[in-house]
Amino acid sequence: MSLELILFILFAFIAAVSAVIMITRSNPVISALFLVLNFAALAGLYLLLNAQFIAVVQVIVYAGAIMVLFLFVIMLLKPEKEKFFSSHPQVKVLAIAIAVLVFLQLVYMIFLSKPLASVNPTVAASVKAGTIEQIGRELYTNYILPFEAAGYLLLAATIGALVLAKKKFE
Amino acid sequence: MFIVGVTGVLTRRNAIIVFMSVELMLNSANLTLVAFSSYMGNSVGQLFVFFVMTVAAAEAAVGLAIIIALFRNKLTLNIDEVNILKW
Amino acid sequence: MIHIIYLTVLLPLLGFIFNGLFGSKIKNEKVVGAIGSGTIGLSFLIMLGAFFQTLALPVDQRQTIVNLFSWLHVGGLNINVAYQVDQLSLVMGLIVTGVGFVIHVYSIGYMHGDKAIWRFFAYMNLFIFAMMNLILSDNFVLLFLGWEGVGLCSYLLIGFWYDRKFEKSTTSDAAKKAFIVNRIGDFGFLLGMFLIYHTFGSLNFNTVFTRAGVMNVPTSTFNLIALFLFIGATGKSAQIPLYVWLPDAMAGPTPVSALIHAATMVTAGVYMVARCSIIYASAPAIMTVVAVIGVLTAFFAATIGIVQNDIKKVLAYSTVSQLGYMFLALGVGAFSAGIFHVMTHAFFKALLFLGAGSVIHAMHDDQNIQHFGGLKKYMPVTYLTFLAASFAISGIPPFAGFFSKDAILWESYANGNFFYWFIGAFTALLTAFYIFRLVYLTFEGKERFGHDKHPHESPKVMTIPLIILGVLSVIGGFIGLPELFAGKNGNAFANWLEPVFSNAHSKLMTFGNYTHFQEILLMTVTVIGAVASIWYARYLYIKNTKLPEKYSKQFKGLYNLLLNKYFVDEAYDKTVVTPIVKGSEMFLWRIADSKIIDGLVNGVASLIGTVSKYIRKIQNGIAQSYALVMMLGIVLALFWLILSL
Repeated sequence: MSLELILFILFAFIAAVSAVIMITRSNPVISALFLVLNFAALAGLYLLLNAQFIAVVQVIVYAGAIMVLFLFVIMLLKPEKEKFFSSHPQVKVLAIAIAVLVFLQLVYMIFLSKPLASVNPTVAASVKAGTIEQIGRELYTNYILPFEAAGYLLLAATIGALVLAKKKFE
Repeated sequence: MFIVGVTGVLTRRNAIIVFMSVELMLNSANLTLVAFSSYMGNSVGQLFVFFVMTVAAAEAAVGLAIIIALFRNKLTLNIDEVNILKW
Repeated sequence: MIHIIYLTVLLPLLGFIFNGLFGSKIKNEKVVGAIGSGTIGLSFLIMLGAFFQTLALPVDQRQTIVNLFSWLHVGGLNINVAYQVDQLSLVMGLIVTGVGFVIHVYSIGYMHGDKAIWRFFAYMNLFIFAMMNLILSDNFVLLFLGWEGVGLCSYLLIGFWYDRKFEKSTTSDAAKKAFIVNRIGDFGFLLGMFLIYHTFGSLNFNTVFTRAGVMNVPTSTFNLIALFLFIGATGKSAQIPLYVWLPDAMAGPTPVSALIHAATMVTAGVYMVARCSIIYASAPAIMTVVAVIGVLTAFFAATIGIVQNDIKKVLAYSTVSQLGYMFLALGVGAFSAGIFHVMTHAFFKALLFLGAGSVIHAMHDDQNIQHFGGLKKYMPVTYLTFLAASFAISGIPPFAGFFSKDAILWESYANGNFFYWFIGAFTALLTAFYIFRLVYLTFEGKERFGHDKHPHESPKVMTIPLIILGVLSVIGGFIGLPELFAGKNGNAFANWLEPVFSNAHSKLMTFGNYTHFQEILLMTVTVIGAVASIWYARYLYIKNTKLPEKYSKQFKGLYNLLLNKYFVDEAYDKTVVTPIVKGSEMFLWRIADSKIIDGLVNGVASLIGTVSKYIRKIQNGIAQSYALVMMLGIVLALFWLILSL
């Protein structure tokens, strides 16, 4: 029972539970807040996996920017509490059934199949892999092209959002 | 988490909640990628996560803009009523 | 000349194309007619040149093959468009082009004023094209092409006046009948061809006949081949049981009857059997069949002919009867005698038809001989030439028909048996009777037509062909003098054709030893009988004209039977035609076509419609349901992945 394991169980539990709660609340604001909690738990998990940069970015980008955006929109639109069951309950049942089925399949695949290659991880290597130096180095040398592309993508997204959401004045 | 996200996408009728479920699914993928990156000692996975997050952010922005535009036209967030693209 | 023999085939084709495409624009009938006849005339000259060239060659080298191009090259089958210039094809070619030319010239006068005269000459040229292909070809396939082609042209020309009524139906029905009955025969011919290819591995005449002589083929195969080919011949040459189209074919213009149904097309069957003489010689049982059918047809048709009242019908049944004689000759192994009769028959039968056409023209398209009478003072040339042809067909010496018919009767006695001779001789008496009945009722005696008709002689363009054919009918027999008169090798015709039939002759039993006395005896008997028939006809129709009526009332049943052609057409109609038509209508059309085939096609279409009606409900516009379906797919994919692990 090392500290790592305890923390892992804790964070995992929080993430899972908050996810489930998120999708079952009828009030969207509550759902959004529980999603934030989920992201925070994930950030903790990333830290446990020695991914420092990612953890921080997670908190900044997701919990900070995206969820704020979500909350803005929710407040703006003021949706009512929706009915939980739609006019086709059998669809919901079918959806849940399918989801469970896929879950079981994935579990089966993960736990009952053999790994393809045997890699012996060393702690030092994984630590090193997560540092910002390493990521920065990889990003600006080998993966410079996707980096620039991501920049364009963000530009396009910004313009797109503007165009779609602005009121028509004429 | 992925499955939870899937269930949320399939079951909820509020467009925003569906959207949040999608974010949940993306995060589950991120988690998997980081885990493997840590396991392999390679930073490629984390790089990929970085990009995924970028894309997710962009997509969130655009998606919400669409939802706003939709709301303006239909005054509802209930996706069952947004079904004009059909035969 | 031999090497341009293909021109004899090509020229008529060009005439057909020219008259067919431009004929309707050329307003001058004479030009159209000249082109139509000119091509045939040129072909005749080329044939004549080839004949003299071949005559100059030594006897054993008289066969020349002129190869044009390779036509079919499939697997082991190599068919060329190649023409075989040998004694037999030269004889047939001279007949076809010579008599054909004369008839074309006659048609210029006969078809004068017809609005579609260009079409007439186009079809006639097409016919000559097909016929030349038939007789000049060196293989079965090209022969069959010509065979079918003449059948087609027969159809086109019989139905030439397509808007006219004919007896109980229309001319087109007559044309259809001719074509369909021909096709039944063609089916037999095709089976024969298949069997030949299967047995001998080739369809080329020389190859097949050489192999037939040396290969060890069971007689039953030869029998089958010969039988099938003969069925084709019965269709084309109007023998029992497929003769029923020929009397109906009289619906066409008279020159057509003269050319196609007297001189040329109907002799195609005779030619084919003669060409395949070696096959028939190897199938003696079928030779008997041929001879029996020939002699029966001859007798049967003659009995019908003696009571018919339409001038062309009498001549039609006469043709069937004479063709029977030709097949009788072939059936007893007298191949050159059969071809000899083809030649003389072409002369006098064409002449008879053309003369009849002259009479019909003068009597303004009335064909009933009961309305004629005493025409000889109005149409002397027609009368004289018609008389010459009548003497020829009756077998009175020294006219052409005597030598050929006598050769056949003698051979049927010598190589066949007494019954062949007896029936053949009796038919000869009937022939003389019916033809002179025609002469007396038409040209002599009292005039039985009203004075609104002004019969006149035909113009020169029609009478000159009559004269030419008349001369040939008189002197044409002299090239086929029998041994009796001209010595051992005096029969020039038979000598000329002998190399073609030598293989067959050597396979058959050699001719028995008969004395000249018997030959002279039989000859005299038939001649006397013919003269007696003529006398009796004169008695019945000139002297004592009430007698025919009395006889017809006395033997009412028999008379009725003969007048109605033994009700054969009606029998065929009831047993064959109507069941097939009704069956097709009831079953094939209503059920098989409408319900099954249409149902199948429509069913597939409506099935797709129904299925898609359900499937399109999936597109309901709700994004979540799409996602649901997507997840379903993922489930299945994961299953597959698991199973493959």
